[in-house]
Amino acid sequence: MSVLIYTENADGKFKKSTFEAVSYARAIADQNNTNLVAISIGEVSKDELTALGKYGAEKVLNVSNAKLKNFINQAYASVIAEAAKKQGADVIVLSNSFSGRGLAPRIAVKLEAGLADGAVSLPEQGNGKFTVKKTAFSGKAFAVVELTSANKVISLTPNSYKVVEKSVTPAVEDFAAEGNASDFKAMIKEIVRSTDKVSLPDADIVVSGGRGLKGPENWGMVEELAGLLGAALACSKPVSDSGWRPHSEHVGQTGIAVSPNLYIAIGISGAIQHLAGVSSSKVIVVINKDPEAPFFKVADYGIVGDAFEVVPKLIAAIKEYKASL
Amino acid sequence: MKILVCISNVPDTTTKITFTDNNTQFNNNGVQFILNPYDEIALARAIELTDGGNGTVTVINVGEATTEPTIRKALAIGATDAVRVNAKPHDAWYVAYQVAEYVKTNPFDLILTGRESIDYNGSKVSGMIGELLDLPSVSIIKKLDIEGDMVTVEREIEGGKEVLTIPLPIVAGTAEGVAEPKIPNMRGIMSARTKPLNIIEPVEVKTFSEIISYETPAPRGQVKLVSADDTAKLVDLLHEEARVI
Repeated sequence: MSVLIYTENADGKFKKSTFEAVSYARAIADQNNTNLVAISIGEVSKDELTALGKYGAEKVLNVSNAKLKNFINQAYASVIAEAAKKQGADVIVLSNSFSGRGLAPRIAVKLEAGLADGAVSLPEQGNGKFTVKKTAFSGKAFAVVELTSANKVISLTPNSYKVVEKSVTPAVEDFAAEGNASDFKAMIKEIVRSTDKVSLPDADIVVSGGRGLKGPENWGMVEELAGLLGAALACSKPVSDSGWRPHSEHVGQTGIAVSPNLYIAIGISGAIQHLAGVSSSKVIVVINKDPEAPFFKVADYGIVGDAFEVVPKLIAAIKEYKASL
Repeated sequence: MKILVCISNVPDTTTKITFTDNNTQFNNNGVQFILNPYDEIALARAIELTDGGNGTVTVINVGEATTEPTIRKALAIGATDAVRVNAKPHDAWYVAYQVAEYVKTNPFDLILTGRESIDYNGSKVSGMIGELLDLPSVSIIKKLDIEGDMVTVEREIEGGKEVLTIPLPIVAGTAEGVAEPKIPNMRGIMSARTKPLNIIEPVEVKTFSEIISYETPAPRGQVKLVSADDTAKLVDLLHEEARVI
């Protein structure tokens, strides 16, 4: 038995969420005194593949078949399941990214494996049981799930497990696999990835705006603040429903759940549905002119004041702080 | 065009989530159950695609009799007919298996689910149905259009989007942007009472996961308020105390 980690790349580069998942998989391998094998699919450089050793991968399987250059979940699932069988892996780990969500269920079915999606901590093993804690009720709770099958698939929530460096020099091997003929019905027409914006689900810092900002024309200062902090932009449901901001920025129970180190909420009152999506943020800062806003009850730091006065002052203070570094 | 929409019965979004029996059971006492918001989007798009007699929309739910008000709501919104697989939805695998079995004898051109249910947030059912039926699946889509027998979907990716074209049939999980949820009108509510709701018994299947217990997030300490004139203090606290910048 061994642990297999699928290392997702974006344009040939691994992201922080991938390193988190490798670190997490390494810890599971250590729990079981076994090896960690990584599998990468697509065009990734030798240096980038070797760098996976920094997080504890002993072996890296490189699938660089031209047909598999771009992510097709059906084909990738076939390749990963085949690798799991050939390597004798019984725990398969991947990031619970947008692509990971399309992949994990298919791998689980292929391997007749229980799937713990959105894991937030390491499995607990003992007395023949294997349990994993995962998010539930859109961030309002966690569920502890026991996987009762011999094979197990775990998808890790981004930002919930710290990257751990553990230097190993991995053996990088080519893995010849091409998926099944019926796996390639989907054709990718277009991929649009903005490189100047920080992606919301795996951002370290998120700056979020609500109805208190009064209109889309007032987002300039929110964007400036986010830019200074290297943060991703987010918003509340009324804001995306009104078309002020795109749906992809909507954070909350019916939008995206985030767990950044720092979540700054500006002009958001804190409806229960919004709080659900941000409750696993490490630190929450709330700026709101209403001292009774429910958001203050779950915040770590708060400023009671008009966003149009507070945010420019905060921008100035951050500029000053950065200049002092 | 025949469209199948998989629907879940979930606690209303305003529900305060609590547990009983030593945190092993969800406390549904006094909880209002609703049609999963993402499934409402799937249903709305299915109705748009079959508008003007251009096909049928069947909703399927794996659940006990208590889910029937939610199924009737889907019929009131505009589904043609409904199927309830009479079983407790043990986990995503169990649900996907029941749906796949139904589809094997009742083929559809398009199978939609919500991107996830707001109770267990798995995003698993669409991919599992796809795998069980050897059909393409796309887990989180923001747009869906059909031309002839080709479907074009826009899928969310980190920091952007991806556009795919796939021949029908496919399975897709819908998110915001695909359609605006529809509110049932009086005629819909009246006709929902007489629309067919077929109850079928589940097929036996081995399951691979069990929920052992639940936890609620640890409460945060008292908020530290900083004066609106002293934003430098906030920056200082975030740097020195919280160590997040």
